[in-house]
Amino acid sequence: MVAMPEPDRAVLARRDRIVKALSAIVPGEGVIASEAAMRPFESDGLTAYRCLPMVVVLPSTTDQVARILAYCHREGIKVVPRGAGTSLSGGALPLADGVLLGMAKFNRIREIDYDNRVVVAEPGVTNLAVTQAVESSGYYYAPDPSSQIACTIGGNVAENSGGVHCLKYGMTTNNVLGCEIVLITGEVVRLGGKHVDAGGYDLLGVINGSEGLLGVVTEVTVRILRKPETARAALIGFASSEDAGECVGKIIGAGIIPGGMEMMDRPAIHAVEEFVHAGYPLDVEALLIVELDGPQAEVDHLVARVEAIAASCRAVSCRVSTSEQERLLFWAGRKAAFPAVGRISPDYFCMDGTIPRARLPQVLARMRELSEHYRLRVANVFHAGDGNLHPLILYDANAGELERAEAFGADILRLCVEVGGVLTGEHGVGVEKRDLMPTMFSEVDLAQQQRLKCAFDEKGLLNPGKVFPTLHRCAELGRMHVHAGKLAFPDIPRF
Amino acid sequence: MTDTLKPRNGKEVVDAVQWALSRGAALELVGNGSKRAIGRPAQSDLTLDLSALRGVLLYEPEELVLSAQAGTPLEEIEALLAAQGQHLAFEPIDYGPLLGGASASGTIGGALAANLCGPRRIAAGAARDHFLGFEAVSGRGETFKSGGRVVKNVTGYDLCKLMAGSWGTLAALTTVTIKTLPRPETQATVLVAGLDDATAVRAMTAAMATSCDVSGAAHLPAAAAGRGGLGEGRSLTLLRLEGVAPSVAHRKAALMAAMKGFGAVEVCDEPLSRKLWRAVRDVTPFVATPEAAARPVWRIVTAPSRGAELARMIAAVADAEVLYDWAGGLVWVMLAPSDDAGAALVRRAVSACGGQAMLIRAPAAIRAATDVFAPQEPGLAGLTKRVKQGFDPNGVLNPGRMWAGV
Repeated sequence: MVAMPEPDRAVLARRDRIVKALSAIVPGEGVIASEAAMRPFESDGLTAYRCLPMVVVLPSTTDQVARILAYCHREGIKVVPRGAGTSLSGGALPLADGVLLGMAKFNRIREIDYDNRVVVAEPGVTNLAVTQAVESSGYYYAPDPSSQIACTIGGNVAENSGGVHCLKYGMTTNNVLGCEIVLITGEVVRLGGKHVDAGGYDLLGVINGSEGLLGVVTEVTVRILRKPETARAALIGFASSEDAGECVGKIIGAGIIPGGMEMMDRPAIHAVEEFVHAGYPLDVEALLIVELDGPQAEVDHLVARVEAIAASCRAVSCRVSTSEQERLLFWAGRKAAFPAVGRISPDYFCMDGTIPRARLPQVLARMRELSEHYRLRVANVFHAGDGNLHPLILYDANAGELERAEAFGADILRLCVEVGGVLTGEHGVGVEKRDLMPTMFSEVDLAQQQRLKCAFDEKGLLNPGKVFPTLHRCAELGRMHVHAGKLAFPDIPRF
Repeated sequence: MTDTLKPRNGKEVVDAVQWALSRGAALELVGNGSKRAIGRPAQSDLTLDLSALRGVLLYEPEELVLSAQAGTPLEEIEALLAAQGQHLAFEPIDYGPLLGGASASGTIGGALAANLCGPRRIAAGAARDHFLGFEAVSGRGETFKSGGRVVKNVTGYDLCKLMAGSWGTLAALTTVTIKTLPRPETQATVLVAGLDDATAVRAMTAAMATSCDVSGAAHLPAAAAGRGGLGEGRSLTLLRLEGVAPSVAHRKAALMAAMKGFGAVEVCDEPLSRKLWRAVRDVTPFVATPEAAARPVWRIVTAPSRGAELARMIAAVADAEVLYDWAGGLVWVMLAPSDDAGAALVRRAVSACGGQAMLIRAPAAIRAATDVFAPQEPGLAGLTKRVKQGFDPNGVLNPGRMWAGV
């Protein structure tokens, strides 16, 4: 288990006073301090980790957020922001000596502006609610994480969430035009707006994916897209993951960027089919779902090309959806992959590495060896277009398998980095992958990232213990040793 | 008199920055110097010329990635991609002619550091959206990296975004990795002639509301069109469609039908369509001809629906010519020469309509005395200074290029 920072006893000793001060800022039921009522907040989607916060506060205005943060800054109290608590990496895991800042009451859509094709939403609005607000007019919000029913748009910004459509339509960061954020000092800063590419440092780009360590998002402006005229999906089975991988490469090589391109391995196909009965073939080693969206003429043209490419890659089966109902059924299986695996195992970890796609067969083979070594099953679902792997490690915490499962997961992520990939494609580092950061980054790399943190939060009060394995003081990070003397490379060409 | 350091590899860049640190010297970072005339004039003692860091290190079309040394000419990368049927989807503007310099002389590092983009911004984003990873030397004289070589990655802060548009004030990029994308098979432009600015913005808004996947929406008022040798005295509203041939044909028909109510609709196929969008991308109507060179040019971003109103406010009090891109969200304005390049009146219009204005072309003396980048609110200004401090505490890299003290 990853260790969290030791609670500050001096802060805990002042708990009553802190609760009182917060209650003065957010009156009524906005402050939760009883153990029973705080219980639902003790973990997020990474349920292996639990911790009761010192106190939960649920503000409903930017002004309240600013006053809470200014108070915590003055008093040296840690703050953990939380949206819907669906993070799979422990980004919203509370701290025993920290205030849990729940943003759920920020649940209004403030403006729908069709002329500028944007929606202005409060951070507690769910991802799906943004689409629902505009779909009657033929629009939608593109990033669609599997948790879209529950996860919030503020949380999506914090995690830079993806989804099955992000190969073609981008991640959250590519779809957010503006944010209002509150710094730990209580200062309110607006970044971007309804326009794009304002001059100056792209701090909006930095806030996306900052995992709640830089500021608290209180408003988000996202761009909405016109719904494609139509979409069709092809369900293609292969006798080997090599063939499936080759097919993905050839589709992209042919200049086709599908709206979605998903792969499942045999264990995942079987778990899903038993659960959803989507009509997946059970006699294949790998299954691809390739979705083409756009105008009818384009979709029909590209479906034919994808079918031809699949045949050239030795596909053993290929079905193309002929109705919207059938297309949704193809997706129903993939979208239910996590619960389907949850059905066949008491617990599971969902990993999230990204690899250069060409290394897939090698990575899958190594994963099979690791599965035998750790005596734990693994099922793979895979955003094939962008190389984002989601191995699901099946374990039983009650049978004492948690540590083995964590070690297995860490080995998979090290493998991803080893083949040229990264630790996380869309779930975030959080607590889960924190201690693996040095496999990808040097001390200098991590120190430089933390200097950015210092520009936003010098005292390190926002979500400490996440992302970075070692906490350094900003004063220490700011020190610089200038080597005195002359030009160290006399032979450098000078003109 | 400035001296030039021209390192040949990342290690020598570290040496150069450390040497500058030890001397308390400031460096002006350049690739090929194609955008040197943008920003506040450099307050530097030496030039750090990064153009020798040259060469593509990796290109895997099927993985959609390319890594190159930062000084690699953009033209070389674009040719390499074209040979594989790919392109840089962010369609980087070539600032050369607008600034009175040579065309096609930029580097990939410069394109990223300036966060370049083009008409396809509305459909595919800017350089920031295609910047996957880098290695750089900070103003602390240390090599650090961020991102990776895969297209989907959220490991640690997204420092690529921070580098994009930082104009060399935070770090000297040495190696960069970008996302490459298939180049559309074909394109066509649906053209409406003779619209006034406000109607044109409405037409572009209507076009963006169709499911035609418009990948460029620009309006050239008659004056701007005429300067570009286009339009025969009429304004031109241009809507670009890209993709596979059957799709473009289908959408062309749908879009023409949708535009019928606005005016006479025509269609341009390749190669004319490509030429038109090159002119929009590079703001060709406002290039630095002997007549126009002294006239300041502003790049203003705003909410698309406010574009025409913003331009009207400026034109009401100044001799202004405008050109709209991004369905009205980007307004290029060329003014008559004046002491402040029109800063006061431009900023007044922007504060009324929302958005940001950047002075792209003006004599050095004016760029030294006037804010080139939009002035910032105190909270944001403080944050900006602290970020600079974290990467370049001694102000060695391009000090003052964006704002005084940054």
